[in-house]
Amino acid sequence: MADPEIKSYAPHHESQSAAVTESRPAKAVLMIVTFAFLGIFLLLPLIVVFNEAFAKGLSAYTEALTNPDTRSAIHLTLLVAAISVPLNIVFGISAAWAIAKFEFKGKAFLTTLIDLPFSVSPVISGLVYVLLFGAQGLLGGWLKAHGIVILFAVPGIVLATIFVTFPFVARELIPLMQEQGNGDEEAALSLGANGWQAFWYVTLPNVKWGLLYGVLLCNARAMGEFGAVSVVSGHIRGLTNTMPLHVEILYNEYNAAAAFTVASLLAGLALVTLVLKTLLEMRYGAELAATRGH
Amino acid sequence: MTTAPAKAGWRFRQPSVIPGFGLTLGFSLAYLTLIILIPLSGLIWRSAALGWTDFWAIATDRRTINALEISFGTAFIAASVNVVFGTIVAWVLVRYNFPGRRIVDAMVDLPFALPTAVAGIALTTLYAPNGWLGSLLAPLGIKVAYTPLGIVIALIFIGLPFVVRTVQPIMEEIDKEVEEVAATLGANRFQTIARVLLPGLAPAIVTGFALAFARGVGEYGSVIFIAGNLPYKSEIAPLLIVIRLEEYNYAAATAIAAIMLALSFVMLLVINLVQTWSRKRYG
Repeated sequence: MADPEIKSYAPHHESQSAAVTESRPAKAVLMIVTFAFLGIFLLLPLIVVFNEAFAKGLSAYTEALTNPDTRSAIHLTLLVAAISVPLNIVFGISAAWAIAKFEFKGKAFLTTLIDLPFSVSPVISGLVYVLLFGAQGLLGGWLKAHGIVILFAVPGIVLATIFVTFPFVARELIPLMQEQGNGDEEAALSLGANGWQAFWYVTLPNVKWGLLYGVLLCNARAMGEFGAVSVVSGHIRGLTNTMPLHVEILYNEYNAAAAFTVASLLAGLALVTLVLKTLLEMRYGAELAATRGH
Repeated sequence: MTTAPAKAGWRFRQPSVIPGFGLTLGFSLAYLTLIILIPLSGLIWRSAALGWTDFWAIATDRRTINALEISFGTAFIAASVNVVFGTIVAWVLVRYNFPGRRIVDAMVDLPFALPTAVAGIALTTLYAPNGWLGSLLAPLGIKVAYTPLGIVIALIFIGLPFVVRTVQPIMEEIDKEVEEVAATLGANRFQTIARVLLPGLAPAIVTGFALAFARGVGEYGSVIFIAGNLPYKSEIAPLLIVIRLEEYNYAAATAIAAIMLALSFVMLLVINLVQTWSRKRYG
């Protein structure tokens, strides 16, 4: 994991002798299998999204986008991401600092717990909040008595989104900061910096690309989450519908063109995410070294 | 934090000149507890409060069993398909140089980045009887959309990057000399791959399988559009949880969720053991 050379990602194409590579026909077959498989499973669905979105022409596309329900879905998705992503950034940095900079008992266990949300079904991630805050939930009665609304409203959607995007930033930063060690910070401290200055002027610049990488993935998931949000949202049109939920509603109303119009925005977001991610890997591969391989 | 050692020489943490341990660990633990641990314990507490008879009645309900079988079965098939094709894709990306390799490599992450609902409606449109692929398969009598086969297709899409991204870095680390030695000793290429390379890749392949499988079992968004969602036939367990919730049957939703969590946990444990075993055996 630690050696940046291994992760340089260049293909091993230097002087391959016949003995250590496949015969030309075998190579051709493997290449064809790869392209066919990726073409059918990845490329075709992507093309379908844009093809269906523009099937009824550009005016229908813009009309679907300016629909008030669509606009409020876009606003809600941006709002939810704007709250949940920064909170997870603060958590990610904080957890990475504690785990990477210090040796303490139970560290491995804590690291495992942080990854927990990845192994829980999104539906269950939503369900746990329903059990907690719902009318029959553990805190439901108390919340109702105090007039606090969490479920089927924005706070519930934000909570479910935080749950499913919880590990992204932390799991990028922890291996990166562990690899970089404490030397730079110790030098800064011995030169008279306080802890905050050491973090701000030394650690943060060291991990900025790794941080950006984690934020990118966190944001993509936050804006695209469906299962968890679907359980807690209540599907109130124009109020608690995020973009992915709006896609579902439109699709189930047999309004495929409009559904794919909203879907095309999300697909565009996914493509932008992939491009930025690839650029980061190409330019700052060494600084993301710890992140390669998952 | 460093006070109160339980016994002589026991320290909660090693001394360090770096500040901020208490603050960052405290905040991280509080956040983790509030967002993840308390809600998840709530689920476990609620299912424990059900009582054994009720729990057993829900667990052995025909519809519950079928939904779990469908979820775990389709996830198993999809992860197996991904192991085969994902390993081939990783091999081509690591070993062969071709124009656009970088783009193809980036494309592999599409299922991570594309929202599941978008993938769901796109795959459904593709495989519907009048879709681009569905219309090709219909004359052959193969129905994909609105059948369990559709679930498998969606889960192949979702799981692919898990296998490729787990196997790829290990392939990059393979020392070419090992292959040269095998070839020098008279192994043909097939023998080298089957007897020398694959055993070394086995732990990574098993891990990739486990990740794809675990993700497939819990997957919801991409599946519900293409599945058809017929009870007993093409209804996945996460959907049954949602249906029970919509019926305000919290008990059933909780029980199914607890069973899913427990089964996934056991599966991962088994796969972990297999992994340890194969690592010991093949180094």
